[in-house]
Amino acid sequence: MFDSLSSKLQKVFRHLKGYGKLTEQNIQDALREVRLALLEADVHYKVAKDFVKTVAERAVGQEVMRSLTPGQQVIKIVNESLTELMGGTAASLDLSGKPPQVLLLVGLQGSGKTTTAGKLAHHLGKNGRKPCLIPADVYRPAAIDQLITLGSQIHVPVYPASSQDKPEDIAAAAVPFARENQCDVILVDTAGRLHIDTELMDELKRLKGILLPKEILLVADAMTGQDAVQVAGAFHEALQLTGVILTKLDGDARGGAALSIKAVTGCPIKFVGVGEKLDALEVFHPDRMSSRILGMGDVLTIIEKAQEVFEEEEALDLARKFREDAFTLEDFRRQLRQMKKLGSLESILKMLPGMGMLKELKKMQIDEKALVRTEAIINSMTKEERRDASIINASRKRRIAMGSGTSVQEVNQLLRSYQDARRMMRQMMGGGAKPGKKAKKKKVKAFFPF
Amino acid sequence: MLKWFRKKSQEPPSEETRTEVGEAQAVQAESDSSAEQTQEAQGGFFARLRDRLAKSRERLADQVDRVVLGKKHIDATLLDDLEEVLITADLGVQTTRILLDHVAERVKRRELQDPAKLREALRDEIQAILSVDAPPFDPSRAKPFVIMIIGVNGVGKTTTIGKLAYLIRRSGLSPMLVAGDTFRAAAVEQLERWADRIGVPIIRQQSGADPSAVVFDALDAALARQVDVVLIDTAGRMHTKVNLMEELKKVHRVIQRKMPEAPHEVLLVLDATTGQNAMSQARLFQEALGITGLILTKLDGTAKGGVIVPICHELKLPVRFIGIGEGMDDLRPFDAGEFARAVL
Repeated sequence: MFDSLSSKLQKVFRHLKGYGKLTEQNIQDALREVRLALLEADVHYKVAKDFVKTVAERAVGQEVMRSLTPGQQVIKIVNESLTELMGGTAASLDLSGKPPQVLLLVGLQGSGKTTTAGKLAHHLGKNGRKPCLIPADVYRPAAIDQLITLGSQIHVPVYPASSQDKPEDIAAAAVPFARENQCDVILVDTAGRLHIDTELMDELKRLKGILLPKEILLVADAMTGQDAVQVAGAFHEALQLTGVILTKLDGDARGGAALSIKAVTGCPIKFVGVGEKLDALEVFHPDRMSSRILGMGDVLTIIEKAQEVFEEEEALDLARKFREDAFTLEDFRRQLRQMKKLGSLESILKMLPGMGMLKELKKMQIDEKALVRTEAIINSMTKEERRDASIINASRKRRIAMGSGTSVQEVNQLLRSYQDARRMMRQMMGGGAKPGKKAKKKKVKAFFPF
Repeated sequence: MLKWFRKKSQEPPSEETRTEVGEAQAVQAESDSSAEQTQEAQGGFFARLRDRLAKSRERLADQVDRVVLGKKHIDATLLDDLEEVLITADLGVQTTRILLDHVAERVKRRELQDPAKLREALRDEIQAILSVDAPPFDPSRAKPFVIMIIGVNGVGKTTTIGKLAYLIRRSGLSPMLVAGDTFRAAAVEQLERWADRIGVPIIRQQSGADPSAVVFDALDAALARQVDVVLIDTAGRMHTKVNLMEELKKVHRVIQRKMPEAPHEVLLVLDATTGQNAMSQARLFQEALGITGLILTKLDGTAKGGVIVPICHELKLPVRFIGIGEGMDDLRPFDAGEFARAVL
């Protein structure tokens, strides 16, 4: 739909090459783009404005790091500030104190309170707690039935309320019910209500008075627009929230509401809902959310995935080989295999940010099968050939091509890519040669030898 | 190269961007769910509606008045302030820019000089976009008239069906409900309560049944019982979930196979509190099924639902109804002029 922020910033800074420092003037255009990206992601107008101002103050005068372009530097600052604003690290539930502890879930209609109550109970159950569910939504038809159904799916006791009961009476029965069932956490699902509905907001205050909850969590839809500020503000004012659960993050919403809510309430976002299934509840990662809001894709996920695959020892070993310039075709093959382990190229590309980038990569026409062919070629070599590619002459090439079911041209291509890769490594390890634009392009080519 | 993504700050968030929260409007609360409302006088309904809309309009009007008042010329600051009004109404960056560029153009050509007229001009533009050329919503033009209600989770599909059935029944036609949401726990029961409350028949199967099968049987029943309007509820689904969208397409195909003319209306329900993502929802549902209209719910809160402006602009879909509460008479036809006045 729109270009990623990074590619936009890249454009803005194209004519700014050579500046060593970020000045007010040369970041103005960039910050305009940042502001638009935030607004497109549904961050509230005022929140976006304030945020950009903070970033500007922080950015002016900073030296551009050698390895970054000014655009990247601005994104780095924006991303850091955003992560910081959203709470830095993941926050967990506070369940300390004498059990049973009460968690109260509140929010607008349709934000996903009942489903979240079920998910949270499931999550707590998995973490050694014994939760019970209290349905205090007597207004929406069949809301109690819904919670009872969810409870039976995850084997969690649900207080058998009836829609004729008063929410206050249900609340009063919650603690005795928990004691009776030996539960240490009480999850109270309340009716969805408008933040401007004084009568129902007063009801929540009364429930709070009866239950004395340890945590009051606002359940908010990640797709919420500018109104998030009003909603969260009103709920916070009435109840003094302790945290937020952001739901429906499995869609393609950029989730700017997260920032608005955090800015207005100051409460940490504790969980995110990522699907309809009962295990689709995850701990909130501010850093991931910030790159999502900025439209930079979930780069972290891919980094983590890569880290799982590339075992440290191997990486160290490889680094040593680079240094000693002993990078052989065997190592090359190992890299290819690791790439395969990482998952299909396309799925990795999808995780990478930005349509713009995808377009460029598409031009390279990455072919999954080429990976297989490349590996086959290396497999058809003898050990000696793999260790020292220089001995591969025309006759050997013919044999390798036949053995791997490819052609001599493809063998040549692979060898060229391998040589490129080696040259690159030498340059990088040499330290002196700073990889400029040209070198970077070559690097990409070298690692995708097709 | 990507190391900084992992960098986590040690210090606590120092400068929190605090935003003023608009004074919570005290719209008098109503226990909408009470069944007594059925008997409520017509006057009561309109009075309440007027009251609700007036309140949100007043607040907004103030905002714009503050912006416009005391200005002699239309200048950049004024346009900036208007940008804020439009963006906070969820119209989106692009649409806001288009609207303001138009106005700025007219100012340059000296067609528009009085700041007071500016609002009129913007309202007219918005109204023009929202007045999509489309055949009217007329459930009497076929029998049975099949309406499919679709949307993402939690926008108010089931409630809207209840309200729509009530509206149709009051217009003298006989509606029938079809519990096509067999996935969400107790969704069938929820629709059943609505059917009881309004006194209309409902076709249901047990939870977990194949929605296409439910719909297939329901259409048979509709033909046998000679009902006028069939209202099909569907499970909420994220527009990005390919499998669930395929399931929805299948339901659509089953309807078509049974009655080549049907469904006569495919209505996408959008939540007014949703921001720019509604655009993506509309696009993908449109792509999958071909929508005939929109229903905008939850306009009784503080959200303006301005995202329908870019949606109508791009997809040329008419807004059929708006939802303004949880009572069964809280669904009403959409009025572009009124909506434009509520935004600005």
